[in-house]
Amino acid sequence: MSSLDFSTTLGNAWFPSPIFTASGCASSGRELAQFFPLHDLGAVVTKSVMSKARNGRPTPRMAETPSGMLNSIGLQGPGIDAFIAKDIPYLVSQKARIIVSIAGETVEEYSTLARKLRSVSGISAVEVNISCPNVENRGLVFACDPEASRRVIDGVRRTLGGELPIIAKLSPDVTDLVSIAKGVVDAGADALALINTVLGMVINLDTLRPHLGGKTGGLSGPAIRPIAVRAVYQVHDAMPKIPILGMGGISSGRDALEIIAAGASGVSIGTASFGNPTALIKIQDELKDLLIAKGFTSLRDAVGYAHRASEEE
Amino acid sequence: MATINKNAAQINSMVVSNKRVGQYHQLIINVGDNADACKPGNFVAINVGGESSRMILRRAFAISRVSTNPTFGGTIELIVAPHGQGSKWLCAQNEGASLDLIAPLGTAFGIPTQPVPVLLVGGGYGSAPLFGLAEVLNSRGCRVDMLLGASTASKIYAPMEGKRAVNSLRIYTEDGSMGQIGRVTDPIPELIADLNIAVIYSCGPMAMLSAINSITHNTQVVHQCAVEESMACGVGICMTCVLPVANENGDISMLRSCIDGPVMDGSTVQWDKVGKTL
Repeated sequence: MSSLDFSTTLGNAWFPSPIFTASGCASSGRELAQFFPLHDLGAVVTKSVMSKARNGRPTPRMAETPSGMLNSIGLQGPGIDAFIAKDIPYLVSQKARIIVSIAGETVEEYSTLARKLRSVSGISAVEVNISCPNVENRGLVFACDPEASRRVIDGVRRTLGGELPIIAKLSPDVTDLVSIAKGVVDAGADALALINTVLGMVINLDTLRPHLGGKTGGLSGPAIRPIAVRAVYQVHDAMPKIPILGMGGISSGRDALEIIAAGASGVSIGTASFGNPTALIKIQDELKDLLIAKGFTSLRDAVGYAHRASEEE
Repeated sequence: MATINKNAAQINSMVVSNKRVGQYHQLIINVGDNADACKPGNFVAINVGGESSRMILRRAFAISRVSTNPTFGGTIELIVAPHGQGSKWLCAQNEGASLDLIAPLGTAFGIPTQPVPVLLVGGGYGSAPLFGLAEVLNSRGCRVDMLLGASTASKIYAPMEGKRAVNSLRIYTEDGSMGQIGRVTDPIPELIADLNIAVIYSCGPMAMLSAINSITHNTQVVHQCAVEESMACGVGICMTCVLPVANENGDISMLRSCIDGPVMDGSTVQWDKVGKTL
């Protein structure tokens, strides 16, 4: 039997597997735990949590599209205090590795969230979801504004100190992704999560009005995979030393290897879990087999493989 | 906090039979021992379209009946309307086809501890799960009366054998093509009074459930309804199938109809806020 080092790192955080849940696609973790032990994954990335409890957007919140879906949830959640009191202890009890995703409406809210997490034990890293409207700047999404993105990450970095790795989650809906990625790395991000959903819309042909209650929604699923692979490839090309948590429509071991070869050190699985609650385990097993079949002895050797000149083979 | 049905399991199941019944399909699916945990009100989530499908989301279907067959083991019955691409695919599956299925999911109808008079109200193929429920209620000594409604005769689902467990069955169609002309909710106030109804069980379109609730509101009648919201996953992780529901303190929150439902206490659902921003 071939031996494979399947472990990965994001900043100073070590994970036994590169397969993670995607934020917002695993609820509190309790639901998927019905189907497999959460400990078997690299990590659970929790649903982006905000300072206060939120009800989110009205229904309809979902529309299936060819090989994809649009969602418009609006960050429904319990708020940071209830999250720390209830959800973190549960994940710790399951021996899951935890990446907490935070979201805010102001630069200050992100820092406040980071401050609350600083004293919580059992967390491996913090994902900063900056694909939220900035209420201080006419609702412009932080991730689409290089300066606002930098300020959020800078605030979180200062608050957290040096211990917990920060993963900045970026939106693909920008003209120059690499410059935004460089900005947040300069501001203190240890790793990048690429990509968030792509903004989309569906018109209901019965009413001839936008189908979703929130009008627009985030497109996810295999339909966006080539966009994710491109984004990871471009950013890895510009900053080969910065670890990337890649995501966007990954639904098989082959898909996972594709985004790893483009430059991802870890892979988040989101929408695939909606179609199959055991998708994470299936993808993890398939990826292991595929790496072994291709002669890799370490996952790390496959990261960014697509960037090598062909004579290096 | 509500949790996923503790009996939910993902299994490879087999289609035992697929028959056309009017505008609907009756599918009998072998789910083995999982059938023992399936109760009226529960639903299943099925992967549709096969390996290379562009349909990536599971489809939810109410379990209409559960039985144990000496030849096939535990089976469940689904009544499916071939409306969308996913349900058309399912209705095209023949005997012997295998299905990736999760069962049982969601909450079940609560069965009264005393043999009280109950009224079952179904709209369209929403009536299907009520027949399995009627059998359970009847076996507990409840007097069961049933109302079924639809826009037109072809959308009424009322199998002959299903009538055995009910004391009376009245059908209403809006165009008068079957039964009496009118809406299924029209006779409810009178029936509540005449039959001393303790519990109404309902399943069908949201507008019907809401109309029933406005009748039972401010009465002693308990309204257990099976709600309908579009779901992406069925297992509680996508947060798309939410409804505004009040808790004991009157606080309203968006609850998942796949975890806290589909069967909910109609008096807690904030019908006027469905589809609105809270």
